[in-house]
Formats: sequence, C-alpha cells, structure tokens
Amino acid sequence: MTPVALGAASTGASALWYATRAFGVVALILLTGTVILGIAGSARFAMPGLPRVVMAGLHRNLSLLVLALVALHVLTTVADGYAPIGLASAVVPFDSAYRGLWLGLGTVAFDMLLAVALTSLLRDRLSYRAWRRVHWLAYGCWPVALWHSLGTGTDSKLPWLLAVEALCVASVVGAVWWRLSLAAPGPARAAAIAVSVLVPLATGIFVYVGPLQPHWAERAGTPATLLHPTTRPGPAGERDRPGPGDDRPGRDVTARLTLRPGGSK
Amino acid sequence: MTQPPGTPGWPGRRIGPERLTIGWHQAVRPASLREHHDVYGPLPAAGQQSPQDLLDAIAAARLTGRGGAGFPTATKMRAVAGRRGPAVVVANGVESEPASQKDEALLARAPHLVLDGALLAARAVGASIVHLCLDRTRDRQAHAVLRAISEREQAGLDEVVMLAHGLPHRYVASEETALIRWLNGGEARPTTVPPRPFEQGVGRRPTLVDNVETLAHVALIARYGPDWFGQAGHPDTPGTMLITVSGAVGHPGVYEIEAGTLVGDVLAMCDGNSEDDAVLVGGYFGTWHTARDLAHLPLSAPGLRGAGASPGAGVIFVLPPRRCGLAETARILAFLASQSAQQCGPCRFGLPAVTDDFARLAQGRPDRDVLDRLGRRLGAITGRGACRHPDGAVRMAASALAAFASDARAHAAGRPCRGAQRRGSQADHLQIPAPAASTAPWAEDEWR
Amino acid sequence: MAVRQRLRWDPAACTGHGLCADLLPERIELDEWGYPVINGDVPPGLARHARRAVRACPALALQLERADEDHGGRAGHRGHHG
Repeated sequence: MTPVALGAASTGASALWYATRAFGVVALILLTGTVILGIAGSARFAMPGLPRVVMAGLHRNLSLLVLALVALHVLTTVADGYAPIGLASAVVPFDSAYRGLWLGLGTVAFDMLLAVALTSLLRDRLSYRAWRRVHWLAYGCWPVALWHSLGTGTDSKLPWLLAVEALCVASVVGAVWWRLSLAAPGPARAAAIAVSVLVPLATGIFVYVGPLQPHWAERAGTPATLLHPTTRPGPAGERDRPGPGDDRPGRDVTARLTLRPGGSK
Repeated sequence: MTQPPGTPGWPGRRIGPERLTIGWHQAVRPASLREHHDVYGPLPAAGQQSPQDLLDAIAAARLTGRGGAGFPTATKMRAVAGRRGPAVVVANGVESEPASQKDEALLARAPHLVLDGALLAARAVGASIVHLCLDRTRDRQAHAVLRAISEREQAGLDEVVMLAHGLPHRYVASEETALIRWLNGGEARPTTVPPRPFEQGVGRRPTLVDNVETLAHVALIARYGPDWFGQAGHPDTPGTMLITVSGAVGHPGVYEIEAGTLVGDVLAMCDGNSEDDAVLVGGYFGTWHTARDLAHLPLSAPGLRGAGASPGAGVIFVLPPRRCGLAETARILAFLASQSAQQCGPCRFGLPAVTDDFARLAQGRPDRDVLDRLGRRLGAITGRGACRHPDGAVRMAASALAAFASDARAHAAGRPCRGAQRRGSQADHLQIPAPAASTAPWAEDEWR
Repeated sequence: MAVRQRLRWDPAACTGHGLCADLLPERIELDEWGYPVINGDVPPGLARHARRAVRACPALALQLERADEDHGGRAGHRGHHG
C-alpha cells in the first residue's frame, strides 16, 4: 500500500463524500427554514422583535444560501469521482447511472429551486401572477428534496439524521397546518389538508420499507460495480463506505484504509 | 297577463310630454317593430345622415348620459370616433341599482328605441358591432330583447351585428370598466388598469359605453332633430328623462319627466307625503335629504349640486315616516358591503365595519364612541379603492349621519328616534342583515 | 437631482402585507385593517427608503413616480350605469 494510495483513500474521495453529504443535509435544514419563513409571510405573521420586512429579508437570504449550499453539494459530488455522476445530472433529471431515480429527484428539486429563485430575482419584469405561479413550486421542491435525501443518501439509517429529518417534516407540516387553519374552508383547503397528511405519511412508510430495510443500496439503483468491488486496486467499494447506511452494519472503520488486491473479503 | 316589469307611474298627472313612454300604460308586452315604426316613424337610412351630422345633432341637443354620471354624450362619442380602427358600442342595460327600474321598464316596452339608438351610435363612431349588456337573472327581458333583435334581422334593418349578453347580477357589474372586462372574458369587476375604454376597450378596440336610455334619446334626436329635443326640459338641462320613484308615495313607479323639474313637483305628481319626509336621491350611492330642503330645486345634476346631491340615474326613494332612517341606511350599507368586488382592503373590510357601526346605531345599542368611530372610518375608506364603490357608500352613509343627526344622537343615548316615536316606540322589527365583517386583515376566500 | 417623488399605491393589487409601512414609517401608516395610508410626497432625503419600500412589496402594489406626472385616475369616475 503506497502512501499515495493511502492518502487518496483517507482524504480525497471520502473527504468529498463527507462534504457532499454535509452540504446536502444542511441545505435541507435551511430549506426547511426558508419554507417556514415563506409560510409565515403568507400568513402576515410578525412578532414584536421580528417585523415583516426582517422575516421577508431572511426568507430571501436564506434561500440564496440554500442555493449556494446545493451548488456546493452538486460540485463536491461530481468532483468525487467515485460514483458515476456527471455535471449534467445537476440539471437533467434521472440522467445518472447512480441511483437514477433518487438522484434525479434531487435534480428536480434543484431545478425547481432555480426556477423559484430566478423568477424572484427578476420579479420586476414578470407579471405578479406568473411570479406567484412559479413560486408555488417551492411547496413541491421541499418534499422532493427530502425524498432525494432519504433515497440517495447513504446515511439514511443514522438515527440522528432520521431524527433531524423527522423534525424538518414535523415543522413544515405544523406550519402548513397552522396556515391552513387561518384560511377559509373550502375545496382548496380540504385538498391542501389531505396532501399535508398524505405526504408525511407516505414518506414515513417509504422510509420504513426503503432505506431502513436491508439491501436498500441495491434496490435504490447503486451500480453493480460499486456494490461488488473488483479485484483491481482502487477506491473502496460502496460496501466499504463508512457508517451503518449500508447493509453491513458494524463494519470496522479501519477497513476503509486497507486496500487489498482481490477484494475485501 | 301580468304587466311587464318596471311599472310605469300613475298617468293621472304628467309633467311634460310623452316621448319615450308613449303607450306604456296600455302595453302588456314589448312593442313590435311595426308598432314601433307606427309610433315613431322609420329610422333615417345610413345614407341620409352622415356620422358627422349625427354627432353634430347630438351635440346641439346637449344630450347627457342617463346612466348616472351625466357626461355629455356627444363628447364621449367624438372621443371614440376620433380613434383609429373599427370601434365597439356597448349598450348598458344591466341596471344593477336596486332602487332603479327605468331601464327595465324601457327595455320591456320599447326595446326598438334602444336598438335604434345603438345602431345610430355605431354609425356615429364607426363601430361594426353592438354588445347589449343585460342582467342575466332577468329572463323575460332577455327574451324580449332577443325577439326584437331577430325582428330587425328579418327586416334587414341593421348593418351592424347586435349581440345580447347576460351579466352576473352584481352591483358593480354595471360599471363601465366592469362591463368591458367581462366582455373581454374576465370577471365583471371594475378595473383601474389603463387604457380607458374609449382608447382600448372590448377586443382592444375603441369602445363607447352608453346607458340604454341615453341611446333611446339618440334614436329620437336622429329622427326629430336637436331643436325638437330642446322643446322639453329646461335651458340648462334639455330633453326628458326617466325617473324611478319608490317608497312612501301614493303612486310609485317609473315616470318620464322634463329634465330640471322641481323635486317638489315630482313628489307632488307621485302623491308624496309631507315635506318632513326623508328622501334618498340618486340611488344607493346617493344622499339623504329632507324633502323640504330639495323641494324648490330642479331634479338635475347642476340643480342639485348646491345641495350636495345628484339625481344619479333619476332615482328617488321616500322613507316611510315610521321607519328609522338609520336602520334603512344600515340595510343599504349591508347590501353594498356584500356587493363589493372584494379587490381592495379598505372596501372589503371597511364597508362591513361601518355597516356594523350603523347597525349598532340603528338598533339603539348605546355605544359612546360609535359616532366618532364612524367618522374616522368613513374618512379612512373613501378614496382608497380601485373604483368608486366605497366612495359611493361612504357618501351615502355620511349624508345619513347629517340628515338623521338628531336620530343618531337619540339612538346613541339609548332614546327612540322620530320614526320610533311615530310608531309608538315599538322596535323596528325589520331585520338588519348581519354584516360580513372579517376580523383578520388578510383573511382570504382563496387559499393563499 | 433633487426632484420630489410621489408614492402611488394600487389598492386592487395590495394584500396588506405592510412591509412598506415598516420601511417608510415617515410617509406610510397602516389603517386598522392593515392597508397603507400614504401621507405626503417623498422628499429627496427619503428617496432611498422609498425605493426600498417599493422593492419590498410582495404584491408589487407600490410605485414611485415623479410628483408632477399624472398616471391616470380610478375606474368608475363616469358614474355607475355607464
């Protein structure tokens, strides 16, 4: 084992892999905050120390921060050549060979976020109605990003991450219900209530039958080459990625540093 | 067979000549095309009277709009005629003012007068199409108008296309920009967005919007000339006009009077009650006065201006002496609040709020601050909407506070008003509809 | 250039967010229902704040224009029955 190979294994690939997951999770949390601020704004919510202008400004700036974090999330993923994800997958959905569907959802969410951000930046040139219609995509962007995280992320079994995501879901659903309680009754409100109940429910069911079950990495569409590393020396196989997100819990983390010709077992 | 809607007034005492209302009392159905020509003669052919001649005749007659605004008709027509491209004529027969029935009466008995006028207006401004706008809850009226149009088609009378439309039964729907928006496929709500109708209206073409009675007068001016038109009426206000008198008079109904007739003479003609009665002049957007204050003033826009009143579409309502003027005002405000287009906050929330205040006042629930609050709120609503709906309501409400000032003070102090005293201090049992007040300032009917 | 400007408010577009009153309290107050009452023109000293208020409106209901121009009136000044 050469020092270079050791270095590559310990710092290059895995550092970017950590980075991309970190950026992704933080982006999701801040996106949750953005959505909640947006909901509060539509309800004309204000507190004594937090006037409407401040909340509106926070909503805007937080969304730009989310954009930046997602951009970094995308770039670190592409730079980390481990998984076959090209730059095109950032905007073209379902294009990637790696967990095509789940990664594609991330692309869709990013596209929606871009649309919302661009139309907001160009508000002066758009009709109010056009801007508003596009802005509604935000309500779709958030759950799609969540599903992307649950499906693509290799940490979906981590209890603390599940707790964080559950908290995000609870806070958005809570904000939506509060907002709906202030709206006039009618078919639109009934439909919104139905959606706000079904989506978290479906997500919970999905988490239980998906990432929490064994062999999720295969079912999600991880390419076979990553599931079953070859005899060539190279970066550690998907199964050797750290953390209990794979289906081999309890794997010794030091195995990551060991490059053995002829497979890991 | 029942009478057509819009009962004509008592024929016993007339003021001025019969022009539009010839044969109305005997009529049980609209006049046919032949009957119309028997009475009024044929319309001048297109070749006999150039558009310029027609415009000059209307200008010389000094005809003003009969829909409430009283704008000089010729000026309006010239503005549209002067624009490039084919124009559009809209005949406004919606008459959403509940206290007015004159347009309904006119369309039910003499639709061909209106259609003649519409055709002439189209010739004058260079329009190829006429849109006749009606209230869609009035089926009989729609049938009558459609029958009249088809009679004319069979006779090959009109060189323009005439279409009749049924608009929603809402107070703001009869406003000019609301009509145009509806005809363009939108909602029947007024709009402020430029351009103005005479520049670009229906289908982006220069559009003339005229009340149906105005067009009926045009039909007669074209036949008999401006000099004939000025033989009735007064120097300031030539011609005749249709008015609707309702309430505590012996003979309510639709009358044709000479423009500028004294209000007192009009009330006497209808067998009015006493000079102490309160009258609402100009419809729901009008103003309350004591009959005595107006008796010696002409029923015309210039005549009433000094008293702070306007005839509107010629609408007079006389308050029965045993009714409480404040309660009546509260009812009218409740109606106007319900008829708001709901586009602007001050109207949508302000009108229910002042309705609530008036209801409290009318029902004698003592509230020390109600008069102050009303004053503040009325000032906060007027001028802050996209159309004149809130302004009209506020003006009417403010005039009620002035006209019924002693009653207001009595009610605010928990004492009975004059109406209650005349009734023998019994409560006014007529229900005041609950105002649709919203508490949260941003409450919406739609999601988000 | 020291030119006085005027704030113009579209009552139909306004949905009572109230951000304008936060950003320009010297000229904009909210009535009891949350809708802006504009009192006075915008002197050059307040122009920057007025521009911020215009940009901040979520409904794009506020506009700034030169005080000597007239951009048209309201609907319905021709009376109710046309």
